[in-house]
Amino acid sequence: MNVTELREHICETYPDLCPLFSLEFGDGVLTVDPERLRQAAVDLHNFGFDLLGMVTAVDRGDAFELVYRLRSRVLSVGMFLKCRIPRDEPKAPSMVDLWPAADWHEREVYDLFGVVFEGHPNLRRMFLPEDWKGHPLRKDYVDDNIIRRPDYF
Amino acid sequence: MAFVSPPEGPRENVSAGIALTSVDALLNWGRGHSLWIMPMGTACCAIEFMATAMSKFDFDRHGTVPFIDPRHSDVMVVAGTITRKMAPAVVRLYEQMPEPKWVVAMGNCAVSGGIFYYDSYSVIRGVDELIPVDIYIAGCPPRPEALEDAFLQLRNKIKTESFVKGVRHTADHELPLLGHRKAAAHHDDAAKTAEPESAEEACS
Amino acid sequence: MVEVESRTPVTDESGRCVDELLINVGPSHPSTHGVCRLIARLDGEVVTEVEPVIGYLHRGLEKIAENRTYLQIVPLTDRLDYVGSMYANWAYCRAVERLAGIRVPEHAEYLRVITCELQRIASHMMSLGSTGADTGAGTVFIYAFDVRDRIVDLFEDLCGARLTYSYVRPGGVSRDLPEGWADKCREALAYTRTYVDKMDKLFFGNSIARGRLKGIGVLDPELAVAWGATGPTARASGVDWDLRRDDPYSVYPRFDFDIPLGSNGDIYDRGRVRIFECYESCRIVEQALEQLEPGPIRAEGLPRLLRPRPGDAYDHIESARGSLGVYLVSDGSPKPWRFKVRSPTFSNLSLVRVLGVGHTIADLPLILGSLDPVFGEVDR
Repeated sequence: MNVTELREHICETYPDLCPLFSLEFGDGVLTVDPERLRQAAVDLHNFGFDLLGMVTAVDRGDAFELVYRLRSRVLSVGMFLKCRIPRDEPKAPSMVDLWPAADWHEREVYDLFGVVFEGHPNLRRMFLPEDWKGHPLRKDYVDDNIIRRPDYF
Repeated sequence: MAFVSPPEGPRENVSAGIALTSVDALLNWGRGHSLWIMPMGTACCAIEFMATAMSKFDFDRHGTVPFIDPRHSDVMVVAGTITRKMAPAVVRLYEQMPEPKWVVAMGNCAVSGGIFYYDSYSVIRGVDELIPVDIYIAGCPPRPEALEDAFLQLRNKIKTESFVKGVRHTADHELPLLGHRKAAAHHDDAAKTAEPESAEEACS
Repeated sequence: MVEVESRTPVTDESGRCVDELLINVGPSHPSTHGVCRLIARLDGEVVTEVEPVIGYLHRGLEKIAENRTYLQIVPLTDRLDYVGSMYANWAYCRAVERLAGIRVPEHAEYLRVITCELQRIASHMMSLGSTGADTGAGTVFIYAFDVRDRIVDLFEDLCGARLTYSYVRPGGVSRDLPEGWADKCREALAYTRTYVDKMDKLFFGNSIARGRLKGIGVLDPELAVAWGATGPTARASGVDWDLRRDDPYSVYPRFDFDIPLGSNGDIYDRGRVRIFECYESCRIVEQALEQLEPGPIRAEGLPRLLRPRPGDAYDHIESARGSLGVYLVSDGSPKPWRFKVRSPTFSNLSLVRVLGVGHTIADLPLILGSLDPVFGEVDR
């Protein structure tokens, strides 16, 4: 199935998701609000997206953008599910019951960005030691240990 | 065994089956030619370490055998990037190694932080911030021949040490990080001042 | 599978369990294939719970990449999956090319496929050798590295490096094949076939290895899909999913190859899937060498400093461990805004919690090794 067919199918099955679906660089992207995120994930899971590739976040300055990469083996297509959450209180529902693969990915996002996933069974730091302060991948992370590489161009 | 001439004194003609040497030369020969390595392999350099152990390069012919237990090994080869989370493990294993012990920092990451020197928040810039290093091998990763050369250089370095006089060539470092450094320095000082007694104690 | 009678743990007066043991298979351990810490709760010798702790090689690659140009990130991707730098570079370059809209010439695509498939063989040799070494069969380790050294020699002729190549770059590859490389490659493939066959019979045909590996660490296919496992780990359980066939990229549609599938999903099947994948990779490389035509190795008109248009792109390839993907967010400047690697081993490794339970402590390193972890990729 290619992206246009996917868009048609999603518009048929979930008409309210239709205006939120866009195409970027050859991939289908569904951008939802934080309130709609959980329902959209459940809908896509029922639709046939059984493989969760990754969960990540991007620091967009004023908000964190959560990015989920989903894949359907049966339909042989992949797509993004994106959601912007407020930066001062980064919270999102956990998808562990839909895709158990989300367990470690959400822990990673918590570790590096500080996004709290509600409903996650074991939200602890993944990569950094337990007593580390701060969330490194945020753009405003300050650490005296970092030596910045000078630009040569 | 090889006939090693003592550093001072004349070489005497001896009959077959007897060799004359000095305690230092004998010990240094024995230690240098049978280094047991504790590989602290974390990243890419560990793969090159394994390749050096295999049939094409084979560092076993130099007498160096990888042995994972720190309590039985002489040399710790730190192969790979050491991060802040891993640092306590490295130091603990180094402390578990009995004297005499040496450290080889293999690869750019262990020497100085390597490609991760800039912009990384969790990499320790060179394992010599934690433990004293004797041989540094540059390379990312260094060629297996470079690792073999490192062991031969270490052999040469060991030959300059003296058990009898208590001369050991560990690097002098001012390491502010961990309290164990001060304890080790006290121990080294005590060993240097109490020479003949310590030699006998060690032998008994 | 060991038959263990279930019994209630023995407790003392205060109710604390004195029969169970919590041990730490620490970050530096001969059997952990890298820096992984396993906290295992044992009932006698049987594992009741195991929790991997990772992060001992977390170098902050994703943060470092935010201060590097797109070409400067290529050596960083080498160090991700260091046993397979060729395809790690390729996954990244595909994402950059998707973002910047670069079309790679065909000759370069063929070279990428050839090097990636050879790298797959080398990576599987590493994995099989480790499995052999874990069970005590050191000879297999040495044979595997012998094959690997032949392939690494080919790479050294090609691009000068033995482990971290930085060969695949955005827009193409860095060098063309030297004179006589194709013949040396064919010789190496013939050698590979003979020796992989020997290793297969020597190790997987051995009744001790069979007894040790069959029925251990069985992964149910539904569980594999739910936990996001890809690559030989999932294919050994019967999950028929391979990106080279199901989401074809580059020039893979022009080659004729099979995807080996296992049925039981135990360690034995995972090992054998890797053995058969080596044969399939040999086939692909031979076909690619025949179809290879001379041509440019890099896209034309590439600026020295790449400034892709703002946006984000994700692209993935089938690495030796599964589907390795790179997600890049660009803001129009020469450096990416976000660089994220979807590493297959990160998803596969969470399966240790499920697979290790019920087996003895001696099987734990084997289970960990059969998932083929490379911690540069897991921890980034």
